[in-house]
Amino acid sequence: MSVVPLDYEVLRLVWWLLLGILLIGFAVMGGRDLGMGMLHPFAARTDEERRVLLNLAGPTWEGNQVWLILGGGAIFAAFPPLYAVSFSGFYIAMIAILLALILRPVGFKYRGKIADLRWRATWDWALFVGGFVPSLVFGVAVGNLFLGAPFRFDETLRVTYEGNFFGLLTPFALLAGLVSVAMLVTQGATVIAARTDGELAERARRYGRLAALATVVLFALGGLVALFVLSGYRVTSPINPVGPSNPLGKTVVLEAGAWRTNYGLMPWMIAAPILAVLGSLVAWWALGARRGLVGLLGSSVAILGIIATAGLTLFPFFLPSSIDPASSLTLWDASSSQLTLFTMLLATVVFLPIVLIYTAFVFRVMRGPVTSRSLGKNPNAY
Amino acid sequence: MVDPFVVDLSRIQFAATAMYHFLFVPLTLGLSFIMAIMESVYVMTGRQVWRKATLFWGTLFGINFAMGVATGVVMEFQFGMNWSYYSHYVGDVFGAPLAIEGLMAFFLEATFIGLFFFGWDRLRPVAHLAVTWLVALGANFSALWILIANGWMQNPVGASFNPDTMRMEITNFMEVVFNPVAQAKFVHTVSAGYVCGAVFVLGISALYLLRGKHVELAKRSMVVAASFGLASALSVVVLGDESGYVATEHQKMKIAAMEAMFETEPAPAALTLFAIPGADGRPAFQVQFPWILGLITTRSLDRDLPGITELTEHAALRIANGLKAYVALQAVKADATDSGARATFDAAKTDLGYALLLKKYRPDIENATGEEIVKASLDTVPDVWPLFWSFRIMVACGFFFIAFFALWFYKAAVHRLDNQRWLLWTCVLALPLPWLAIELGWLIAEYGRQPWVVEGVLPTFYAASGLKVSDLVISLVFFVALYTALIVVELFLMVKAIRKGPSDSFGLDDDAEPVEPAEAIPAR
Repeated sequence: MSVVPLDYEVLRLVWWLLLGILLIGFAVMGGRDLGMGMLHPFAARTDEERRVLLNLAGPTWEGNQVWLILGGGAIFAAFPPLYAVSFSGFYIAMIAILLALILRPVGFKYRGKIADLRWRATWDWALFVGGFVPSLVFGVAVGNLFLGAPFRFDETLRVTYEGNFFGLLTPFALLAGLVSVAMLVTQGATVIAARTDGELAERARRYGRLAALATVVLFALGGLVALFVLSGYRVTSPINPVGPSNPLGKTVVLEAGAWRTNYGLMPWMIAAPILAVLGSLVAWWALGARRGLVGLLGSSVAILGIIATAGLTLFPFFLPSSIDPASSLTLWDASSSQLTLFTMLLATVVFLPIVLIYTAFVFRVMRGPVTSRSLGKNPNAY
Repeated sequence: MVDPFVVDLSRIQFAATAMYHFLFVPLTLGLSFIMAIMESVYVMTGRQVWRKATLFWGTLFGINFAMGVATGVVMEFQFGMNWSYYSHYVGDVFGAPLAIEGLMAFFLEATFIGLFFFGWDRLRPVAHLAVTWLVALGANFSALWILIANGWMQNPVGASFNPDTMRMEITNFMEVVFNPVAQAKFVHTVSAGYVCGAVFVLGISALYLLRGKHVELAKRSMVVAASFGLASALSVVVLGDESGYVATEHQKMKIAAMEAMFETEPAPAALTLFAIPGADGRPAFQVQFPWILGLITTRSLDRDLPGITELTEHAALRIANGLKAYVALQAVKADATDSGARATFDAAKTDLGYALLLKKYRPDIENATGEEIVKASLDTVPDVWPLFWSFRIMVACGFFFIAFFALWFYKAAVHRLDNQRWLLWTCVLALPLPWLAIELGWLIAEYGRQPWVVEGVLPTFYAASGLKVSDLVISLVFFVALYTALIVVELFLMVKAIRKGPSDSFGLDDDAEPVEPAEAIPAR
């Protein structure tokens, strides 16, 4: 398409970056509520504390979750082959995520509607599952990006997937899942610590500090395994960054240490894992020192660092194929057409800033502590 | 090829989860505007009863909205999960409106919904009113982009097949956005949502009047619902007619099947009021109105309306032409520089999808026999009788709503809302009708498009993921279990909230003293 004023190569890179930004957006924003969901039965012990927790997340969690919806939509629109392969290949894992996510809106809204202990306890666990399962499975899925998935394309680009759900649960993938859980628990804990008080905040601080340390340790362990133990994938044929989006036109090899390649080519990349570790340590310190906003900031930087580390290490891969490396998906051969990428970029440039402005407005209106004293007579409070 | 049983299970799962999701969407669309209207009256007049009404309907809105959100994520993910070849084949076109929906509409709706519920005592009344309108606008923008995506499945404009990437790619984004089918469907669908919201408010308010409870709030709600409902019911029927006209241009087979019209009707075609199918599946007996169908669908007296037989013959020709494209495509794949093959392909590529219908009968479709082509052409006929009856029931509901709202609009105008108890019962009994009409409408739209997932471009059976039967069984079992449990809980909470009524809306008692002098004379 010569009518598109931006180069195909630039557009693909921009969309790779935007996809990363959307995923980081989801982990930072939606991660608050997923983390609070995981902490819900543990940090909050009494019904009143649990209501405080829900009303803390209540006004903003729906908007936060749209980052996930948008991430899904962006993968579909900008990288359709990636959407097709990963969502169908990881079918049972996706079903687990969906069932867990379904529990969240109803859990938030319905728990407080009936003053019965068993009713509320049921929804408490539903909210925990709604936080824990997606956090774990998203992490497991990212872990599997490093290992490659057992799929291949035929010449019509129809994908065949030869693995099953349990094949996803390798030790490394589970380790990645735990990194995700620890990092999102930290995020949730920093929000609780910053926005409420009393026993609830104290417990959140303790869990949060533990989770922050776990994030550092698990992330470092995962990094060492990925770089020095696992074999990685490398494209061996020349890359045509403006070629048609057809994954079958390249050759790829699996070789030891290939996930270290990018660190040699782009040494600045090391900043990402450093941010991940520093951010977590800042969160750990701030939780202890009762510096609420610093903790939230540190934890958010850690999330940014962790996701950026994964993305940059895999670059240019999205999802390598373990049974037919040539079928692997990279940003150069799994994107939409130039016109679609450009149109979507225009839409993003116009609307994303607007979204950020009104999101900031809503957070500003709803700012301030949420405590048992502030639970008003609002019939819509949770 | 994908196991036909997996295709069937995937279709059942998608249809069931989509229809379930759409139990909640229309009420969100309609109720959000009704709340916005009520709150506008509150802000303009300062009368607390309108604030109380907004809060009360808002509580019911919230119970419904949670289910809409919960079941909506499933829809976005299922394209990739169960329809991966679809996602690959048309993702370049179809993904964009879905992503823009999130960016421009759902973000707006979901971000402000929190403020709607939690911002009452943190925002000035005017600011809160703006929030309510933004929620309603977000919900409706959301419908716009979803129907642009769905409209493209009905009438795939602005895109063409690229042999290098083996998929459909956008050639003109504006054509996709301003697709006449999408625009007609959008207005028809949101109007149906408004009707749904209006019937909901009217029905529950009538229940209160019958019990003599919350009379002030119920009467005022009925005034809003009857006016809003009348406008919406007129719009839904008029724009449904527009949908019919547009479908005639682009989906002749759907119209023919909806009308059980096997042979071409000479102009102007008659409208079949009802018919009884004979042993051969064709109408054995029918009652017809002359001219009407021709007028609705072609807006002329001299254009024939093609019947199913003629359309299948036409499909057979397109299959044969599509095979030329298919053969040329194989040559292009073997040698990407073969410009002769590319030219042949380009000349016939609009019929490529028709050739793919043959994949049901053999993998090497270039060797298809004439008999197989005829069989594939017969596959282009959707299931006639479910469409025929769904359409008639839906239209009957539509005309009923016009009369129904006209009556209640009149009764509201003459202040005689509660003088006839038996009439109030019609409001209660009408409660399920919008949902019936809306679900049947989607059945016509989607089942009537079969065997295509994208009309003329991609057959449904060819679009599914190559999953295992066990995968589908697991997901279906969990969906059925969870969705059943949730609908029970949802209805239980709805009934509970309706029983409880608006009495303890926060900040106010039922017979609250006016807060400001201006409110000293509530219209009783």
